Amino acid sequence: MTALFFYLFSTVTVASAFMVIAARNPVHSVLYLILAFVNAAGLFLLMGAEFLAMILVVVYVGAVAVLFLFVVMMLDVDFAELRQGYLNYLPVGALIGLIFLVELVLVVSTWTVSPTALQLPLAGSPTVEALTNTEAIGRVLYTRYAYFFQASGLILLVAMIGAIVLTLRDRVGVRRQIIAVQVARTPEEAVEMRSVPSGRGLPEEVS
Amino acid sequence: MTIGLGHFLTVAAVLFTLGVLGIFLNRKNVIVILMSIELMLLAVNINLVAFSTHLNDIVGQVFALFILTVAAAEAAIGLAILVVFYRNRGSIAVEDVNMMRG
Repeated sequence: MTALFFYLFSTVTVASAFMVIAARNPVHSVLYLILAFVNAAGLFLLMGAEFLAMILVVVYVGAVAVLFLFVVMMLDVDFAELRQGYLNYLPVGALIGLIFLVELVLVVSTWTVSPTALQLPLAGSPTVEALTNTEAIGRVLYTRYAYFFQASGLILLVAMIGAIVLTLRDRVGVRRQIIAVQVARTPEEAVEMRSVPSGRGLPEEVS
Repeated sequence: MTIGLGHFLTVAAVLFTLGVLGIFLNRKNVIVILMSIELMLLAVNINLVAFSTHLNDIVGQVFALFILTVAAAEAAIGLAILVVFYRNRGSIAVEDVNMMRG
């Protein structure tokens, strides 16, 4: 049963990852990216990392992929023009990819885990009966890696401020409310007293 | 046939290769390049989690969580830079990125 689900998830993941780089329309690329992430979350579940699987769905599908979707749909770009030369790069890209894949598969297939490494876990993951996966991660994350956790929060803060600073722009011609100027007004400059002649009124002013 | 460490590592290797290939094939489209980088980070995460469960060590999953954080920050900053570049130049083609004459 596990094998069936492994082959299902991995096949869909690899196929949709291929479609990410091969799709003509970038919107389709983003949608295939979401599919790849969801199926990778299934692979994580098979490996027993339930917390990371759920985080993958929440963070990647919920935030990053939607961000990509927003940007792809917001930019009015001729994507067909950007695909010019796709076939020119195909031979050298396929060659490099093939070499890379062969190297990685050779490394993976000929390499074995030392039996002594199994006896030396840095923080042994407890069995499911004793502790859930989420609790096990929390026990390590909030104690030994507390500083790393704070640093990752700082990275997110810097990224958030950076994104806001980069994309915020001052448009000319937009009237904004400046409260300090409003509060600092005095009656002399705010109210103008006119003595109106009777029966004639004021001439219309172009403000 | 049981599913072991090697199976997951192979899937991760294929995913990483597809990411590299995507960068090569879509050299003009920055958005697809960013998506390829996300694919490569996903492959790295699969590697980390596979080793974490195989070695019975939860630290791998903690570091996968950190990689997820950094990937989210990188995507946000990258897309923000892309939006600013599009506003300035009206194009996102990679060969137009020559304002600094690099």
